[in-house]
Amino acid sequence: MKKKNLKPSELQAQIELENAAALEALKRRREKEHRKMEKSKGSNKRVGKTWVQDIWIMILLTVLGLFMLAPIYFAVITSFKPVQEIFIMPPLPYAIDPTFENFVDLFQVAANSWVPFSRNVFNSFFVTITVTVLHVLFACTAAYVLSKCRFPGVKMLNKLVVMALLFNSTVTYIMQYMVMARMGMINTYWALLLPLISSSMGLFLMIQSIGQIPDSMIEAAKVDGASHMKICWGIVMPNSKPALMTIIIFQFQAAWNATGGSLVYDEALKTIPTVVQQIAAAGIARQGAIAASAVVLMIPPLAIFIAAQSNVMETMAHAGMKD
Amino acid sequence: MAELTPQKEILLRSEKKVSFREYWSYTGHEMKRNYVCYLMLLPFMIFFFLFTVVPVVMSLPIGFTDFDMAHFPPKFVGLQNFYTLFLEDDVFIGSISTTLVIAIFTGPVSYLMSFLLAWLINELHPFLKTLFTLIFYAPSMAGNIFFVWQLIFSGDSYGYLNAIISELGFSTGAIQWLTNTQYVLTCVIIVQLWISMGAGFLAMRAGFQSIDKTMYEAGAIEGIKNRTQELIYITIPSMGPQLMFAAVMQIISAFTADIVGRSLAGFPSTDYKVHTIMTHAYDYGWVRYEMGYASAICFILFLVMLLCNRLIRRILGKYMN
Repeated sequence: MKKKNLKPSELQAQIELENAAALEALKRRREKEHRKMEKSKGSNKRVGKTWVQDIWIMILLTVLGLFMLAPIYFAVITSFKPVQEIFIMPPLPYAIDPTFENFVDLFQVAANSWVPFSRNVFNSFFVTITVTVLHVLFACTAAYVLSKCRFPGVKMLNKLVVMALLFNSTVTYIMQYMVMARMGMINTYWALLLPLISSSMGLFLMIQSIGQIPDSMIEAAKVDGASHMKICWGIVMPNSKPALMTIIIFQFQAAWNATGGSLVYDEALKTIPTVVQQIAAAGIARQGAIAASAVVLMIPPLAIFIAAQSNVMETMAHAGMKD
Repeated sequence: MAELTPQKEILLRSEKKVSFREYWSYTGHEMKRNYVCYLMLLPFMIFFFLFTVVPVVMSLPIGFTDFDMAHFPPKFVGLQNFYTLFLEDDVFIGSISTTLVIAIFTGPVSYLMSFLLAWLINELHPFLKTLFTLIFYAPSMAGNIFFVWQLIFSGDSYGYLNAIISELGFSTGAIQWLTNTQYVLTCVIIVQLWISMGAGFLAMRAGFQSIDKTMYEAGAIEGIKNRTQELIYITIPSMGPQLMFAAVMQIISAFTADIVGRSLAGFPSTDYKVHTIMTHAYDYGWVRYEMGYASAICFILFLVMLLCNRLIRRILGKYMN
């Protein structure tokens, strides 16, 4: 290196260039290691893993899985059975003559009701998506503060969250109604949205999970001059992705299944589950339609579940953090 | 969890006695210094206080009144509701034991099952992981799919279980699963277990997924010999928060079991066999509109759950550290 002969500005450029090259090399090496780690996942150096054990585990999981799945399987299969097959004794585990009759029936009844069914579909998706997005934004920010910041009142608020979770009962519902009535929110979209946004279950899970992130990681970011908001969304959230995905699943499901109860009585504000309940209330005559509605209602949460679960990468969140 | 702010800690640890005014001036100073934290809490806390905390606080005093939702203001009756509950209401006394039986059989069993299954699933191939997580979580996702269980346990000739039993030749007569007092509680417990792999299970899966994999390699070097040791020394200690969350969820779902019994065994069930405390609250709150009484019931349930939460927190806390 003949750095001595260079002008200061050129020297600066030279050093920057070298730095960049070194950084690039480091990055490449990291990636290579990471790929290697990914490849050897499952077969890495773990103790006591034999294939005999794996087979036993698979058998156990399959048997239990069948128990869990059987009723759902029956619901799905019933939804494809024509009326004359639904009541065959003993029940058949398959449909002899599978039809979409039940689904068609369901949608026909829904389409012929007071307001166009498309309105209910819109309501459902609007409520679910708004609730999920806002809840995740608000709850994650709040959870970061409650779990990682120290300020007066934080202990009390943490306790309050758990207490509110435990006091989850019939009676508070009335009081909620009274609060909403006082605020003039009955029979508006607000009544569907706001109580769900503030559900404390997701918050509690986030608080618990963020607690696991080492303080040193946050201290480091603080030293680098990151603001609380930046630490929360740039560092803490990517590192608690499994929990984040889990609360998305919870919240989506809760919002999707919410009926609004007596907070909403206008037909034009009702969501799909309410409409389906009304249709299913016809009882045994609509057995097939009930099954069909259960199947239809399960699809969106299922889609979100699969999307979220496969998005949870096996992050090596705290690797390299030594406390 | 958050601890005391540093200033306060120094203040409290110092030998000098802290005056009331000094304490609050420090607190005020700390509040000013951390105003960003309050701002970040604000969006969630507005809704949380309005729609969760305020209703809870409002419903506490209702338990000491006679309130039918029509006559304002509610008439104050002191401890009358609680006297009636414990001394005169036989159905309530019965519902306590039913609730405890259901809670004891579903709570711990489903908690351990959730943990065990989440652990076993965690060792599988990524695709199988998602698949099995989905299978075990599906019942909670399906929500109102009880009607299938109604078909399964149905006492008439359409009941799947009766059909299978008579097909196999064990019995000729139909068994009234949901109305016979001998079986109905067991049936409800089975369905409750079936549906209970919900939030807690998913949280545990998330917990397993966020465990640092290098810890296991380090453990292997340090001389951990088998999977059981791995579980006890590495996995469980690094999953404390999720285990706690799952425990709280389990307490809630075990003690507030109600809808399964009501929709399967009917309301009221034969001989109040599956009449839980929560069902009792539903009865008085939504059928008879005696909100004061229902509020008292809910308050008692809340105290029981709080106590249980304390207990579990203590046990888990002792184990975690």
